[in-house]
Amino acid sequence: MAFTSMMGARVTRREDPRLITGRSTYVDDVKLAGMTYAAFARSPFAHARIVRVDVSAAQAAPGVLAVFTADDLRDVGDVPTAPQIEGLKVPKHPPLARGRVAHVGEPVVAVVASTPEEANDAAELVDVEYEELPAVVDLERALKGAPYVHDEFGTNVAYTMEVNSGDVEAAFANAAVTVSERLLNQRVAPVSIEPRGMVAHWEPGPAHLTLWSSTQIPHLLRTQMALALKVPEQRVRTIAPDVGGGFGSKLDVYAEEITAAFASRALGRPVKYVETRSESFMSTVHGRDQIDFIDVAAQRDGRITGLKVEILANLGAYHQLLTPAIPTLTLLMVPGAYDLQSVSVKLHGLFTTEAPTDAYRGAGRPEATFLIERAIDLVAAKLALDPAEVRRRNLIRKEQFPYASAMGLTYDSGDYHAALEKALRIAGYDTLRKEQARARDEGRLFGIGLSSYVEVCGMGPSSALPAPGWGSATVRVEPTGGVTVMTGASPHGQGEETTFAQMVAERLGVPIDDVVVLHGDSAVVQYGIGTFGSRSTAVDGAALYNALETVREKALKIAAHQMEANVGDLEFKNGKISVKGNPEKSMSTAEVAFAAFRGVNLPADVEPGLEATRRFEPPNFVYPFGTHVCVVEIERATGAVKVVKYVAVDDCGNVINPMIVEGQVHGGIAQGLAQALYEEIVYDENGQLATGSLLQYTVPHANQVPNYELDRTVTPTDVNPMGIKGVGEAGTIGATPAVVNAVVDALAPFGVVNVDMPCKPERIWRIVNGHDGKANGKAAVS
Amino acid sequence: MKHSISVTVNGAKWTGEVEPRTLLVYFLRDTLGLTGTHVGCDTSSCGACTVLLDGRSVKSCTLLAVQADGASVTTIEGIGDAEHLHPVQSAFWEEHGLQCGYCTPGMIVSACDLLQRNPDPTEDEIRAAISGNLCRCTGYQNIVKAVQHAAAAMRAAKPARERVGAPAD
Repeated sequence: MAFTSMMGARVTRREDPRLITGRSTYVDDVKLAGMTYAAFARSPFAHARIVRVDVSAAQAAPGVLAVFTADDLRDVGDVPTAPQIEGLKVPKHPPLARGRVAHVGEPVVAVVASTPEEANDAAELVDVEYEELPAVVDLERALKGAPYVHDEFGTNVAYTMEVNSGDVEAAFANAAVTVSERLLNQRVAPVSIEPRGMVAHWEPGPAHLTLWSSTQIPHLLRTQMALALKVPEQRVRTIAPDVGGGFGSKLDVYAEEITAAFASRALGRPVKYVETRSESFMSTVHGRDQIDFIDVAAQRDGRITGLKVEILANLGAYHQLLTPAIPTLTLLMVPGAYDLQSVSVKLHGLFTTEAPTDAYRGAGRPEATFLIERAIDLVAAKLALDPAEVRRRNLIRKEQFPYASAMGLTYDSGDYHAALEKALRIAGYDTLRKEQARARDEGRLFGIGLSSYVEVCGMGPSSALPAPGWGSATVRVEPTGGVTVMTGASPHGQGEETTFAQMVAERLGVPIDDVVVLHGDSAVVQYGIGTFGSRSTAVDGAALYNALETVREKALKIAAHQMEANVGDLEFKNGKISVKGNPEKSMSTAEVAFAAFRGVNLPADVEPGLEATRRFEPPNFVYPFGTHVCVVEIERATGAVKVVKYVAVDDCGNVINPMIVEGQVHGGIAQGLAQALYEEIVYDENGQLATGSLLQYTVPHANQVPNYELDRTVTPTDVNPMGIKGVGEAGTIGATPAVVNAVVDALAPFGVVNVDMPCKPERIWRIVNGHDGKANGKAAVS
Repeated sequence: MKHSISVTVNGAKWTGEVEPRTLLVYFLRDTLGLTGTHVGCDTSSCGACTVLLDGRSVKSCTLLAVQADGASVTTIEGIGDAEHLHPVQSAFWEEHGLQCGYCTPGMIVSACDLLQRNPDPTEDEIRAAISGNLCRCTGYQNIVKAVQHAAAAMRAAKPARERVGAPAD
């Protein structure tokens, strides 16, 4: 794609004026006449049998219009799950608990009242008698056997998956050294600042059900609502209005959405429900939560020859939309950016009495990157080699692309060494190592961490996903020359209203102000798969590119006919279609659009109108990559980690708007760093949630994160016509191991080779002050 | 039993009755329809609901509407509209200081509060001043840049005579 003024430009965002002035419309801002409000009585126990449900007091409470239990919803479908994995155990998952509950916060009874306060007050009056059952919170014990989350399965193992490639046993038999580690990838919460919300409105009319939802997938939600409520899909309209962040947590279909729609049908009135933050921590999906056992075989020079991984993945109590599929992405990306063909991986997906896990920014790939990047540093430490050098010796070389990975993937394009060297140069790596030596002489704890990641995104080929993976776009040149785009992406902060307008301005030669990009309303936009997996620009953007090509071809035909020229003699130039070598003879896009609209004097084989809808089925995933360098200093007295430098060199192929790309990387790094240093969802031994609010769950503030120095390398992909890879998740995937590797490096004088996340002050203080139960400590550093 | 209050919001006086338990944020959103002020938590942690009360930033989820009786409230809608953007709003736009936009109104109000107290803040002062506001999208870097950008623009725009007695820039 030719890059002119619009492509690659730092165009300020077209979505911002409504957002910076408070004139946006998030789902909680939707107001309808006769609105009613839902509240949920939720399980206080991790695991229990429901003995009796008494809703009489709630029904009699002021303002209450209706109370619903599982009995009322008996004809409604389960909360849906998509993955088709061989042997997968799928527990029943009714929207309101039927007979038993399996995690704290599971909805049991829904109350609908005239005001939110009345609904909440009445929900408190719901009286449920529970018979407590044993909680299942320890993954290693869950794997071994009883107690079971779902007794009907006689196991907590939802599925097992195994991949063996190359000759792993020979690699270990011939290894000069081996290292082994148990790596904890703790459970975290996505915490979009807008909680989940919905308004369901059932009424006679073309759409029987209109559902406004803070969703990333309005069309998939529509299909699933139609199935769950047994209403014809053409009678369901879903609208994702402005959505306040998602990070994967809104890539789902939730019990509350099904229940609210059911309640609206029963009452004949609109029903609104917006979760509180406390409810969000209990019942919106969490992310990560794996224990990964790794064994690495290496040669003396640091070349890794074999890798064995056993993944224990915590799926939680039920399968949400993609729950069981997420850890399979870990499995696929275990070798990371390294030329490593002898790999064996065994994955156990395990039920626990905790909230379901599902996609959270990176979704399975951060876990893979974490384990392989820790593995590289463990090998470097064992052999007393520089971790940068170990990466150099193992990274896939640029002449090896397209690269067939041990896990059966084909990495599209890359120059991993170039990104590594650029990051080292910008960070001043050699100088940093000298500074570290000085710091250690002074007794200061100074660490440098690297992470050379590759990730799989641009979800993706339909054949490789549990849902369709194509993109869609409609381009309509209006009679007066403006352009309306309808995209199947559902952006909620990613800025496609701007980047897609840039593409239109570039390809059709119209001013960007003449372009509007619509999304998120199933009554307006052709079916779209939504925004997740860093797919919007790489997949829906490619569909837009193709739709623009179709429009251009038609415009050329019409212009040729009207100007009595040959199509081959025409070109798009300076916003016009002109005869080559005779720029005087031209038509503007607007003139061509009007001619197409007017329907007079068109070529015989051309229909009126200047509009095209195209879909794009990607032939492969895309594989962004890069190297992050993190430098930390640890305060001995408190164990607090301060990030003093952070350099990220990312490669997401060609870029439409660098400003937006940088913003994605900034936010991604912050979330990856937050997992490394601050955040963890904690369930106690009874399955009670100990981090149930933003007071206990420590999303970092502005003064807890550093500035990021960003740069890029540019290695286009041939997977889509623009050569673009995704960038939404790369920062998160790269950051976590870079930060942890830096912390471990700072603590190396204590003989430390691994620190469990989050690397919080208490944990580090114990190491530094010899209270970690090991024999190291102060004595290790003079 | 309802209480009668009188409050000036974005320059317009409102007098009427509110439930004693109604939080200021719900009064603004539900009674006055000023939905630019958002709710992101239930523990006064996230700052999405930040407004100015008699010129100082407050979390409107932490005050009852009755506590605003007699006070003047400025919400994001009163900071500026699309045709008359406040320099802080313009700076957030120009520096890409927002993505999903949900935290943005509260973040802008907090920045306004800082800049009227401290027209030339250091980066640390900016980060401390917005540390009551959570953003999950931006990693804060562009928000900090936006506040610096706004501070410079506001200092440049302010006639010198108004700065007599203010710290030297």
